[in-house]
Amino acid sequence: MAKVGEVKLIGAWPSPFVMRPRIALNLKGVEYEFLEEKFGGKSDLLLRSNPVHKKIPVLLHADRPICESLVIVQYIDKSWPSSGPSILPSDPYDRAIARFWAAYIDEKWFPSMSGIARAQGEEAKKAAIDQVAEGLSLLEDAFGKISKGKPFFGGDAIGFLDIALGCFIGWLRVTERTQGVKLLDEAKVPGLAKWAGRFCADGAVKGVMPETEKLAEFAKLIMGKFKAPPPQ
Amino acid sequence: MSEVVKLFKTWSSAFALRVVWALQLKGIKYECVLEDISNKSDLLLQYNPVYKKVPVLLHNGRPISESLIILEYLDEIWKQNPLLPQDPHERAMARFWAKFGDEKVMPSIWTALVSEGKEQEVALAEASDHLQKLEDELRGKKFFAGDNIGYLDIALGWLTNLNRVFEEICSFKLVDGERFPLLSAWLEEFSDAPVIKDCWPPHDKLIHKYIALRQAYQEKSSST
Repeated sequence: MAKVGEVKLIGAWPSPFVMRPRIALNLKGVEYEFLEEKFGGKSDLLLRSNPVHKKIPVLLHADRPICESLVIVQYIDKSWPSSGPSILPSDPYDRAIARFWAAYIDEKWFPSMSGIARAQGEEAKKAAIDQVAEGLSLLEDAFGKISKGKPFFGGDAIGFLDIALGCFIGWLRVTERTQGVKLLDEAKVPGLAKWAGRFCADGAVKGVMPETEKLAEFAKLIMGKFKAPPPQ
Repeated sequence: MSEVVKLFKTWSSAFALRVVWALQLKGIKYECVLEDISNKSDLLLQYNPVYKKVPVLLHNGRPISESLIILEYLDEIWKQNPLLPQDPHERAMARFWAKFGDEKVMPSIWTALVSEGKEQEVALAEASDHLQKLEDELRGKKFFAGDNIGYLDIALGWLTNLNRVFEEICSFKLVDGERFPLLSAWLEEFSDAPVIKDCWPPHDKLIHKYIALRQAYQEKSSST
C-alpha cells in the first residue's frame, strides 16, 4: 500500500481527464492527496511537474511526476498490481483492442465533443452533434463485441476502456441538456445508455463523477468567461 | 504452433516502418502485404474499418491497428529483445515521449517541410522547441532506451529519415549538430543500426513524394 503522502494527483474536479486516474486509484484502493488547481491559473507545482504540456492531470508518486491521463492509468495498474482488479485486460489482444478504442476516444471522439461548443450557427452545431452520435454508434458496436454480455467493457468490473469513455458521461449529460439532444439515447445506443448508469453508480466512480447540475453550472461559468466571438 | 503474422503496409509509411523494425528486431517471421493508398484493398478496409489505414498487423487472423499499439502487442507476445522497459515509471516516460513525438514533433516538422514563408517560420520555431525537449530527454544516452534500441527509439525513428528529406528539399539542416548535438548523434546511431539500416524506403522515391506533397500543399494554401 502507498505510504501517506506518497501519492498526489494534481487536477481539477470538472476535468474528465483528471477523473480517469482518480477512478483508477479508487479501483486500486490507493489513498492520494488531491491537489486541486484553481480555475484560470496554473500552479508552480503543475508547471514544474508537467513542463512539456503544463496540463492536468499529473500524478506524483514519491515525487516523480507522470503525465497524460491514460499513461497515468496504465502506470497505476502496473504499480499496484496486487491491489484490486487488473485495470488493463489480461489478454494481450484484448489489451490492444482496449488501447485502440481509448486512443480513438481521445484522438477522434473527444475533439468532436468539444466541437459542439465551438460550433457557430445551427448547421455547424447539428453537424458537430451528428459526429458525436456517429462516434457513439461505433463505440456501441465495440461495447457489444468487447463486453460479451457483461456489464462493462472490462467484463465484470470497470476496466481501462470503461474509464477512458466513462469519464465523459457527466459532460455528455450536460451537453444533452444545453443542446436539447439525446446522445446516450436508449433507442440508438442501448448498450452504452445502460452502461453509463452502471458506470456512474460504481463505488470507484461515485464521488469522482460530479453531479450533472454542478457540471452544468460550471459550464455556464466558463462559457461566460470565454465567450465565443460573435459570428461575422 | 505456427504463428501467422501479416503486416499491411505501404512502401513509404513511417508508421508501418515502426512495426517492420519491431518485427525484425524480434526476429518474428511475417508476410508483408503491400497496399496502394489510392486503391485500398478490401482486406485492409475490413481489418481497419475505423481508420482505413496502414499499418495493420494480423496475428493468427486477428487484426490490430495503430502502430504504437501494435508495438506494445508485439512486445507482450514475443518476449525476446524487449522494447518497453520493465520499470513502471520508465514505461510511463517512454509512452509519454512517444505520444509527444506523434502529437507535437511530427506535425510541426511536417508543416515546416511543406509550407513556406511565415507559416514555415512559425512551424520551424515550434519544431525547434520540441526538438530541444527530445535533446534534453536523451541525457547522454546512446539511444532513448539506453544502450540498445527500444520502444521510444522506434517511435521517434521517423525523425531520422524525415530529417534527411528535409535537408534535401529545404536545403538546410533541421536537426543541426551544433544546436542539437545529442539528437544528431542519436540520428546517426539509429539510422546505421543493424536491422534499422536495411529497412529505409528508397530515398529518391521518397524525395519525389515529398516534393509533390509540398507542391500540393502550397497550391491549396494559395487558392484559399
